[in-house]
Amino acid sequence: MDNSVQTINNLTIGFTSQKGEQISILKNISTTIKKGETVGIVGESGSGKSTLALAMMGYVKHGLYTISGECLFHSNNLLEMKNKDLENIRGRKIAMIPQNAGQSLTPNLKIGYQIDEALKLHTDLKKEERDKKISELLNKVRLPSPEIMAQRYPHELSGGQQQRVAVAMALAGNPELLLLDEPTTGLDVTTQAHVLELLNFIAKDTGTSMVYVSHDLGAIAQVSDRIIVMYSGEIVLDGPVRSILKNPIHPYTFGLLKSIPKLTSPGLPASMSGSQPQPGTIKMGCSFYKRCNLSEDKCKNNSPNLEYIDDLNTSVRCFKYKELINVKETNSDTVKSINNDIFQNEILDISKVSISYAKQKFIDQLLNKVDDSNPTVQDINININKGETLALVGESGSGKSTILKSIAGLLKTKDGMIKFDKDNVLSNDLKTRDPGFLRAIQLIFQNPDESLNPNHTVEEIVSQPLRLYFGLKGDELKQKIIEVLEKVRLGEFYLTRYPRQLSGGEKQRVAVARAFAAKPDIILCDEVTSALDVSVQAAVLNLLQELKEDFGTTYIFVSHDLAVVRAISDRVAVLYQGRLCEIGPSKNVYELPSHPYTEVLLGAALEPDPDIKPKLVAEDIVEEKPPEQGCSFQGRCPRILGDICKTDVPPWQIGENGNSIRCHIKVDDLKKQQSIN
Amino acid sequence: MFFLVLKRILLGLITLFIVSLITFSGVEVLPGDACTTYLEREAYGAALEACYERLGLNTPAYERYISWAAGVLQGDFGYSLSGEMRINDVLGPRVKNSMVLASASILIGIPIALLLGIITALWRDKLPDIIISTVTIFSMTIPEFISATLLILIVAIWLEWLPGIVIVPTGVSISELLPNIILPVIAISMIMTAHMARMVRSSVIQVMASDYVQMAILKGVPYWKMVFKHVLPNALLPAINVVALTIAWLLGGVVVTEVVFNYPGLGRLVIESISNRDLPVVQALAIILASIYVSINLIADLMTLMLNPRLKSLQIKK
Amino acid sequence: MTFEKEQKKNNLQKIFEVIKTMASKPSGLIGLSILLFHVILAITSPLYAPYDFKAIDPTLMLQAPSSEFWFGTDSLGRDVFTRTILGGRTALTVTFFGSLIALFWGGSLGIFCGLVGGKIDDVVMRIIDAFLSIPWILAMLLIVSLLGTTTLVLIPALGFFYGKGIVRVARAATHDVIAKDFIVSARARGHSNLSIIWNEILPNVRDAIMVEGAMRWSWMLLGFSSLSFLGFGVSPPTPDWGLMISNARGLMSFAYWAVLAPIFGLSSLIIGINLTADAFAKALGIDRSTKAPV
Repeated sequence: MDNSVQTINNLTIGFTSQKGEQISILKNISTTIKKGETVGIVGESGSGKSTLALAMMGYVKHGLYTISGECLFHSNNLLEMKNKDLENIRGRKIAMIPQNAGQSLTPNLKIGYQIDEALKLHTDLKKEERDKKISELLNKVRLPSPEIMAQRYPHELSGGQQQRVAVAMALAGNPELLLLDEPTTGLDVTTQAHVLELLNFIAKDTGTSMVYVSHDLGAIAQVSDRIIVMYSGEIVLDGPVRSILKNPIHPYTFGLLKSIPKLTSPGLPASMSGSQPQPGTIKMGCSFYKRCNLSEDKCKNNSPNLEYIDDLNTSVRCFKYKELINVKETNSDTVKSINNDIFQNEILDISKVSISYAKQKFIDQLLNKVDDSNPTVQDINININKGETLALVGESGSGKSTILKSIAGLLKTKDGMIKFDKDNVLSNDLKTRDPGFLRAIQLIFQNPDESLNPNHTVEEIVSQPLRLYFGLKGDELKQKIIEVLEKVRLGEFYLTRYPRQLSGGEKQRVAVARAFAAKPDIILCDEVTSALDVSVQAAVLNLLQELKEDFGTTYIFVSHDLAVVRAISDRVAVLYQGRLCEIGPSKNVYELPSHPYTEVLLGAALEPDPDIKPKLVAEDIVEEKPPEQGCSFQGRCPRILGDICKTDVPPWQIGENGNSIRCHIKVDDLKKQQSIN
Repeated sequence: MFFLVLKRILLGLITLFIVSLITFSGVEVLPGDACTTYLEREAYGAALEACYERLGLNTPAYERYISWAAGVLQGDFGYSLSGEMRINDVLGPRVKNSMVLASASILIGIPIALLLGIITALWRDKLPDIIISTVTIFSMTIPEFISATLLILIVAIWLEWLPGIVIVPTGVSISELLPNIILPVIAISMIMTAHMARMVRSSVIQVMASDYVQMAILKGVPYWKMVFKHVLPNALLPAINVVALTIAWLLGGVVVTEVVFNYPGLGRLVIESISNRDLPVVQALAIILASIYVSINLIADLMTLMLNPRLKSLQIKK
Repeated sequence: MTFEKEQKKNNLQKIFEVIKTMASKPSGLIGLSILLFHVILAITSPLYAPYDFKAIDPTLMLQAPSSEFWFGTDSLGRDVFTRTILGGRTALTVTFFGSLIALFWGGSLGIFCGLVGGKIDDVVMRIIDAFLSIPWILAMLLIVSLLGTTTLVLIPALGFFYGKGIVRVARAATHDVIAKDFIVSARARGHSNLSIIWNEILPNVRDAIMVEGAMRWSWMLLGFSSLSFLGFGVSPPTPDWGLMISNARGLMSFAYWAVLAPIFGLSSLIIGINLTADAFAKALGIDRSTKAPV
């Protein structure tokens, strides 16, 4: 056991509830991290994965305490060590790269100082050597002009840059073990792919052991040698990356992998029922019992142990794993392909729409100057047919939510018009918009915690549109509410619940119910699944599809997740900096030829498969504003033609499969270039 | 940055302008005017006419406002009703005396408040916190006149350590004044200190729970270094504005405390001029006190601007 | 979940629940008990006050506490105990109703400003700032000296002056809520502003405003008693703690009891209200100590 860096033995961490019960967040965790190994810890929110990562540094959050077990770092138990000794290990032997670098960098201290602090604490370098080292580190994490970077404050950096600074800071002490807690969550697709690639490089370059904690199997697949799957505070599966992802022998992992939409297999993934139990609610039996397809009586009363299977080099916590050993994970038979009845009947016509967010500055107001030469969203032309699902895809700042808001009437358009059902021009202003049209277009938001009034019960929430649009009252209202709730698979039982008493998936179902209660023609979905856990996401996507089939509703579906979009949409529009790049039937957009930006996005998308590596074709520069003239993507385009891209707005070209691409490069040339790599 | 500073100053001036309008029109709107209230039962015939003439009350309100405001801008508050003295002459020494009292309270109060706030936050829910927090909640809630009265009763009357009543002539020098103001300063700074200490405590606790402090711990930064480098600068920044508001609020306490200790400052002038219905003096006092308030807040705003790296480089909407 | 069995509660049950949470900590329990004691005392004290509060008897001047006069007598020979148990009635009534007025107008204006924003908001906030910058004592004294010191003047005057701080709090709370998606959602559905205020905003800012109101109550009591102390509050011979302290202060070197009794009454009430307000804030999950006493 010479090559082990950290050994965790029977670690149980928990808290005491208000009723005085001892509730475990981590239960009997045992594992070993070997030298030079990268271990991915995957689990959904509440699985205890972050608590485990912090415990590996000897850190237990306020309110939690170690109930039993130990965390041995080279045979020293970190959990019993004095603070003074821990200070010599933290940052020097074990370093952490946090989830949200933006909030984890001290706002009043310059980047250079914060790295220097780590160097001063953990190395014997002199001032000049340290200055050199800071530049080296910033260079290593591929930040441009390190000397200037070092003088910046954290808030002056983009999200990706902040994350790189956090990596540099962690590397300062030359640690033996790097802990990464969701290091790419919250970053844009392309930035995420770049950061992951950097981490892979560092792992190889320095030989550091890494523990990579994430909910995202796609990211985990790219970096890990070994994967630990956590569920409800327990390790349920622990083994080599390929065997876990290709032949998962725990029913949770099996279901989880099936519920992830994949670029390679279009259509809706199979969903898993229910959600992860809250800590303390499972008193006996297997914690996955309620959601498991293979469960039997034995599982209800007996908790399975983590069992090591020699020939698979895998540990599994399940009585019935043998049934899964030879089941190859095949997505195609569980994926439900979507087949919408689309009428060749325009329900919404967005023509030449521009939207400007630019607020007038104080001084401009004085001078009565209006700057709107460069609106946030420009020249959007999209027709949407009845019954169709149109997806708007792009990274943050692409204007996809902005367009959605202006369709809903929440934002005024600067130019152009939006027509509903052929002849009705939708008013720019909510106040003058016909109530009938307001009813016809409903919104579902990203985060149900924000979109449901925390002081209303489910009944009150769903009753809002029913009372407003249909004037329902009394028993009739209540009947209707129950009816709508049943449509989203929530029973009468939920009427008196407050949002805080519901799980994330249930909350989003309530939001869906509220939207459908208005009997809308169009529903605008704004990143509706991105705040949800993966296993819940598939269920919500399936629900949306079923409701659509029942009611013939048209969806406009905004997302940054290309795989989700592929699963649910008929047609996809790709946006960059508020300008359309490409639009067409979703099947074709995901094939060649693509607009260079679509190519970049698709290349950066992560699949939960270690053998499918992302292709990084462009730099992940963050552009604050769209360029004044020319193509919106000129700043990052990997296939830039020349000056024409900088001066002229590219023309629309029709690709061979019927998708339209807005690019100066001829479609045929694009296809040739793209099929080479 | 320059525009931001300019904007803050401009806003302060607008506030003062509105204050002058409010006090001026407040006196106009309320029943009676300076002459009728001052002369009371003799407010008729020639005496009233003469008074109107003297104060120029027979011209329209806006004209009077303009000439009064013009005077104020040049630092001339006109004449008081009672003594027919120039208000400037009356105010001068009083302002100085009150300033001595207020600044002594601030200079003593702020460091103590910071210390107590930080101690209670770092030893949160432990013995030092429980004791100090209990004391602060008491000293925060007891009105100045009660603490002042109790101080006199205990320290001056029962223990006979310090004089209970300030007996100094109006024109006395600061060094002669100092020994007399110990008790008033304690009475004034009690509420303010307790308030600021609680504010600092919750601000520090909030920052201690932040991601970046957890990160600093995980980086291996020693405890006290973490407190001074990572916690305090970020915790005290938002406290500046609240401290400014607390100081401004202290002005009210100064008035009451001055009365209890018979201290020749602005506070007693406030009471005297209101008892004598000397409205021109009241107006002058309102403007002076409001300017102090506005300048303290302006200083706090500017300090926040200077110290906050976020605002230093960003044009932030107010 | 632990909430599994929680059902929708009517308002009475909710209030009861909040009080229960408040009383579950010692400081909250003490605060509530003191407050309750004072309220009961104020309502019932005339029934058992041993002497006439205004009966002047020069022969009984400045008697030390005895079995006959529990808290002694004052400089006019009036029973200090009688006057002390009666002395909180005006203060409690005036400040309680004053706080309600402050809560109402401050809350409504604050929510309104937070919702409409723009120029109206700017102008109103400027004016509020200007009012804030006049020291409260000066403004109160001016109003009281010009309009008199009757309860009918004091209640609205205090209500007005202490409401301006609530405007700020209500506005800030509204700003926090208004950016949330459920408001956006209600606007997109086409609800009227009034319905949005009533259904969506009010339930979410109510707690913050009520905590602020409870806080104002203790400030207002402090302000009111200061006015009384300065001789601009309750008119003699009505017993009032502030006034009693002011009157007895000059003679406290030989009749400390006449000062200590009202000091005890007033301090305990203020502490009681403060502890209650603190517990109230904590029960509703709002941190009180970050707020400045404006």
